[in-house]
Amino acid sequence: MTLQAVVIGTSAGGVQALSQVLPRLPADFPAPVLVVVHVPPRLSNSLVDLFAAKCRLPVKEAEDKEPLAPGTIYFAPPDYHVLVEASGTIALSSDEHVNHSRPAIDVLFESAADAFGPELVGIVMTGANSDGAQGLRAVCAAGGQGLVQIPATAEVATMPEAALSACPDARTMALERIVPALEAMIAR
Amino acid sequence: MSESIEDIEIQLLLDAVYRHYHYDFRHYARASIKRRLLQARSQWGYDSISDIQSAVLHDENILPQLLNFLTVQVSEMFRDPSYFRALREKVVPHLRTYPSLKVWVAGCSHGEELYSLAILFAEEGLFERTIFYATDINPAALRAAQAGIYPLDRIQLFTENHRLSGGHSSLSDHYTADYDRAVFSKSLRERTVFSDHSLVTDSAFGEMHLISCRNVLIYFDRELQDRVVGLFGESLVRGGFLGIGSKESLRFSEHADLFAEFVREERIYRRSAQ
Repeated sequence: MTLQAVVIGTSAGGVQALSQVLPRLPADFPAPVLVVVHVPPRLSNSLVDLFAAKCRLPVKEAEDKEPLAPGTIYFAPPDYHVLVEASGTIALSSDEHVNHSRPAIDVLFESAADAFGPELVGIVMTGANSDGAQGLRAVCAAGGQGLVQIPATAEVATMPEAALSACPDARTMALERIVPALEAMIAR
Repeated sequence: MSESIEDIEIQLLLDAVYRHYHYDFRHYARASIKRRLLQARSQWGYDSISDIQSAVLHDENILPQLLNFLTVQVSEMFRDPSYFRALREKVVPHLRTYPSLKVWVAGCSHGEELYSLAILFAEEGLFERTIFYATDINPAALRAAQAGIYPLDRIQLFTENHRLSGGHSSLSDHYTADYDRAVFSKSLRERTVFSDHSLVTDSAFGEMHLISCRNVLIYFDRELQDRVVGLFGESLVRGGFLGIGSKESLRFSEHADLFAEFVREERIYRRSAQ
């Protein structure tokens, strides 16, 4: 299949979890990867520097009106929602918090589901709230693939559990299986 | 993928609102508009976006509620304190050289940004020589801005932001607490003209020394951003200042050459001399 994008959402324990996934992505990974991690608004985005040092793919903060590029990892800026337009460009928004969060995972996932339909993978990992559950349901409803970290392996299981109950079609897997699963989808 | 029915309905609704009411959302960033319209549909219990269209065309009382869905942005006073600190430390020294000043808060919404600037100008001794223009397309938002009343539970954040911005009065000097509300002092808005103005359809007015328009451009598509940046260029005196949101940029704009970066990291630009 053509994979137009991968969207990832995580909260408590997320930096550790992402460290098990993003550095494994190969240098020729063909799709853009958009990541929402809940972080306090005042923290400058040190995630970009942290992951840029570990990853083979370029890592940057998502910018408004930026066209998505293949094989690039985009982090949501602190205090902004990230949406994807149907044209494949990024749109930031300063709208109300969703699920007490800005950026919110649901906002990214729902807009990406709308933009990419079946050619999207949504991944929900560790976290202590239920953001991402409705978003993953939207991804699956649009024909995309949902992947969820096995709740028992998550630092905090609340978010994966909520995602699974909203989207029972999603596949659960251990973090180290996620990149091989993505590669298998592309190879198909 | 062919255009979804929902997307067709949204386009028809935006066309209808423009043709009947002259509110033009056709060049707003579509993903955010869609999210808001789906929220409106679900909150109002309609089955489809077309039902909203029918309601808004046949009942003009619906329009203000729809505007609230399409435009309301909740801001904070002194949001991004480092922006206000940069205004205070780097822009104010230039503003001091003018005998009179005009400041435009474009897309003022509920007025948080306006009151922040009014307080900052008062602290810096510029208030008495300044006229503020606070504009928005949403009449309800303008009324809220004019009232200057905010829930008391937001004041702690506003106070902290104000302190971090380098404020040297106490924020509590500027409001009175009244049950669960903070009512900002009338004197802060006595030099403000509140006015209905659309960045989409209206033209420049007056020669501004500072325009603050933060987190508005992100809601526009590239074409509309170009129009608005051009409008700001026309509205500023040479050497005047433009502040935009911390994640916004003039980099992609066709009018970028009207402006020079002044405080890069705070997205404060200066109108070039040509």
